Amino acid sequence: MPDATPSLLSVPALASMFRFQWEDAQQCHVLLYPEGMIKLNQSAGEILQLCDGRRDVAAIVAALEAKFQASGLGGDVLEFLEVAHDNRWISY
Amino acid sequence: MTIAGSVTERASARCGPPLWLLAEVTYRCPLHCVFCYNPVDYTRYGEELSTDEWLRVLREARKLGAAQLGFSGGEPLVRDDLEILVAEAHRLGYYTNLITSGVGLTEQRIKAFKEAGLDHIQLSFQDSTQELNDFLTHTRTFDLKERVMKAVRAYGYPTVLNVVLHRLNIDHIEQILAMAEAMGVEYLELANTQFYAWAMVNRDLLLPTREQVERAEAVTNAFRERIGDRMRVFFVVPDYYAKRPKACMNGWGSVFLTITADGVALPCHEARQLPGLTFPNVREAELGWIWNESPGFNAYRGDAWMQEPCRTCPEKSKDFGGCRCQAYLLTGDATNADPACDLSPHHHLIGEAVLRAAARPPDVRKIVFRNDKNSRALSEG
Repeated sequence: MPDATPSLLSVPALASMFRFQWEDAQQCHVLLYPEGMIKLNQSAGEILQLCDGRRDVAAIVAALEAKFQASGLGGDVLEFLEVAHDNRWISY
Repeated sequence: MTIAGSVTERASARCGPPLWLLAEVTYRCPLHCVFCYNPVDYTRYGEELSTDEWLRVLREARKLGAAQLGFSGGEPLVRDDLEILVAEAHRLGYYTNLITSGVGLTEQRIKAFKEAGLDHIQLSFQDSTQELNDFLTHTRTFDLKERVMKAVRAYGYPTVLNVVLHRLNIDHIEQILAMAEAMGVEYLELANTQFYAWAMVNRDLLLPTREQVERAEAVTNAFRERIGDRMRVFFVVPDYYAKRPKACMNGWGSVFLTITADGVALPCHEARQLPGLTFPNVREAELGWIWNESPGFNAYRGDAWMQEPCRTCPEKSKDFGGCRCQAYLLTGDATNADPACDLSPHHHLIGEAVLRAAARPPDVRKIVFRNDKNSRALSEG
């Protein structure tokens, strides 16, 4: 069993049951799953967009820090990934 | 980090987008389920929408903001253009769900659906007396469902089974759960019959007693504890034994849009029977107008239409007065509170129905199966 707590080396991928996309009508990213939809806030959307099964968490953090010209986002990203994993949106 | 809302939390928004599109692509069906929710007079309705007409509906609804799409029927697999519709729906960005009995779901078609981008398959256990017996004795029906489940799993889909419970099968709950376990089902929905359409015609035969429901729920709870994470089991309590009505369709014209086989747009799949309302056909009107402007879709939006006790009820924003179709079916007036609510002055009608059904053993010879002959007879009546 993979560890539920992500590290910088974890490689998160969206779980196959979910579809992640931008919804114009909602003006936000969403996760679609059987008979439901989760509306994501901006940061959740930005992180999940990078969970492609290829990048590790370190690369995701680096990409976000570059995009938003920020630093020290690692903690927030790991915290969100834990929530996302608990909800089975992603797997490692 | 917070996750803002979900489909079920945005019910108060008036006239937001129709998030859910239910495409009842055909009323044709190889089965004859006694609880079918298709209209009893389905044989009266006109020609099915063509492939091009469905493609237009999919595009227009997606433009309005629909994100979930259910292909249902009848049996949607009866249509040989379903792969074309799924492919276009996927391309448009829908989450696509196929709701099927599995009859006609060959491995070849599952493969084609997968390639077309189908996201999800829900297999329903269709019930007639024959099928019930088959199922409980491990014969044909079990074999069909097991074969389909295997193929569904092989193509990477979660295995989802829906079983409609009623008076004639609910006492076999142990066997039903055991079969689901043997098939390796991951999600099992045990849906107690809701009494509309064909189920309403057969209500005295299908309405379980309170003891039956309570026992089934207890058995299900014990099963849940044993099975743990291997299977998620949902037990949907029947309206007739609830104290408050369901928030039907999350409010009229709030998130659900049904298009029937012949193109009629409805706020829920039972609304066609309501008197005094006209629902537009997508052949004659654009979907944006239908959803936002048409009188039928606006009839029970908001709460100005409500009577007492709903009008001043603090729970009206939670359940919207329940189901308009159930209010009409039981009281003759769709603006009444849903009698499933124990605050409704008509709640006694529910109790009387329960007593009437319980008063005598079900006579299965009186079952009215959903078929063309019975539909024609019921249309005339």
